Amino acid sequence: MYAQMVKSEAAQEDPEQLAAFQARIDAGEKIEPKDWMPEGYRKTLIRQIGQHAHSEIVGQLPEGNWITRAPTLERKAILLAKVQDEAGHGLYLYCAAETLGVSRDELTEMLLDGRMKYSSIFNYPTLNWADIGAVGWLVDGAAIMNQVPLQRTSFGPYSRAMIRICKEESFHQRQGYDAIRKMAEGTPAQKKMAQDALNRLWYPSLMMFGPSDKDSVHSAQSMAWKIKMNTNDELRQKFVDQTVPQAEYLGLSVPDPDLKWNEERGHYDYTDPDWSEFFEVIKGNGPCNTDRLAARNKAWDDGAWVRDGLLAHAKKKAARRHAAE
Amino acid sequence: MATPTIKSPAFAQFLLRMGDNPLILGHRISEWCGHAPVLEEDIALANTALDMIGQTRMWLGLAAEVQGDGKSADDLAFLRDAWEFRNLLLVEVPNGDFGRTLMRQFLFDAWHAIQLGRLMKSADERVAAIAEKASKEVAYHLERSADTVVGLGDGTEESHRRMQEALDYLWPYVGEMFQSDDVDAEMVTAGIAPDPASLRVEYDALISRILTEATLTIPQSSFAHKGGRTGAMHTEHLGHLLTQMQWLQRAYPGATW
Ligand SMILES: [Fe+2]
Ligand SMILES: [Fe+2]
Ligand SMILES: [Fe+2]
Repeated sequence: MYAQMVKSEAAQEDPEQLAAFQARIDAGEKIEPKDWMPEGYRKTLIRQIGQHAHSEIVGQLPEGNWITRAPTLERKAILLAKVQDEAGHGLYLYCAAETLGVSRDELTEMLLDGRMKYSSIFNYPTLNWADIGAVGWLVDGAAIMNQVPLQRTSFGPYSRAMIRICKEESFHQRQGYDAIRKMAEGTPAQKKMAQDALNRLWYPSLMMFGPSDKDSVHSAQSMAWKIKMNTNDELRQKFVDQTVPQAEYLGLSVPDPDLKWNEERGHYDYTDPDWSEFFEVIKGNGPCNTDRLAARNKAWDDGAWVRDGLLAHAKKKAARRHAAE
Repeated sequence: MATPTIKSPAFAQFLLRMGDNPLILGHRISEWCGHAPVLEEDIALANTALDMIGQTRMWLGLAAEVQGDGKSADDLAFLRDAWEFRNLLLVEVPNGDFGRTLMRQFLFDAWHAIQLGRLMKSADERVAAIAEKASKEVAYHLERSADTVVGLGDGTEESHRRMQEALDYLWPYVGEMFQSDDVDAEMVTAGIAPDPASLRVEYDALISRILTEATLTIPQSSFAHKGGRTGAMHTEHLGHLLTQMQWLQRAYPGATW
């Protein structure tokens, strides 16, 4: 339905203007908020940047779940720093989306009533401490894979947000790998936690790249616009190729009996995630969807008096300043 | 300034008092992660918690060194039981709503900023160095919490009511910050730390200026709960906090993380 909407709007746009726009993109120019852009470009970007921002925000929950239980002061500090970064990423991205004419509050309302999505990965629970390591290693690892190419995306504010974000993401992945390595090299109980984390988070991490190319609706146009730089399957393959040797180094086994190096292709052959599970999670039937959205709604509703109070104060202050002038 | 070679248990007690406050308060505010009223507050609370855990590592690290029994800062944080904690009762009470959390932060930051300012002149160079680093962070915490208390106190009718309720609830926990005992007397004699009672005038001036601006009324009562900083009697809440904070270290003794 969405693709259709974009198409019908595009039909009303001036073909010459569209061609000139595409030429700018092809020439590697950045599109800035004040420039003319097709409605479909604007809408697709709002959806993509908004979803990404929401993912950063909802992503605080599974990691926040372990801050109060972090096993050492150093791990607690590292995790706090990381979760603070993620909230900051949300802020950069909401700001980038706002340049397209949608407010942060509007985007938030759309997240809270389910009109907008966030990454499916955050609908999975963090059940043992090794999950925190695995989230940094796999989830941030997959996010980096997605985001590094997006530094070159055609929309200026999005590209600049990605550059800032990528700088911090590599620390996220390193701390995660380091945390799970400590577990994998630790006591038998710790090893068990590390393997359990990998078992549960491997396929959900593969899902982060989105459905298989043959089922992906938005790809072609987004790639022409340089909103999307690689296909889902390309990035997924790259992630598998990077991650499998790391798992081997840790002495952990990837939960895929058919995983093997393919000499001819120069890549690992791997089993796709269960796409029916993926689409269930997207529909709201993941293990944590209900809890995650309820937590965000509660935070927003409980916080209404705070936002109102601070706004009322700011207005009073401005009025007093005005009266004094 | 020479560092006196104090190895007295009183010095260790004092350091635990300084370290347990940010440990417990850092834990409390980190409970907000992902649940704050607005994104900027999520970031600010996580940042404050991060500073507090950093300060904890410095104070408890020094406490462990002074105790000299081979324990680490982590051992002190994760392997002591409730009666061995030396934090103020104020920092262990539950968060309540956002207003109570920020009021507690303000009441603590105001004391903390003054205390650290004095400790920068400590005869013990290690104490002075930690205080100097922490006081930069705490100056910022105080600015933020004071601004928020003013904004919410002098905001809407509802926010005003909630902030007054928060102040009324927390006020009986303020007095403990200024109570002195033998440990404090030893610190004063050694030139390590000021007499807690001596901070009260400056504290009262600071908070009454901010709370007046916030259109809030300081309660008349001078009653003060006590027992946290001496360890004589904590609230029921501390034990629950510790079961969560210490769980992994207790369940898997000897593991490294
Ligand atoms: Fe992020
Ligand atoms: Fe991200
Ligand atoms: Fe990240």
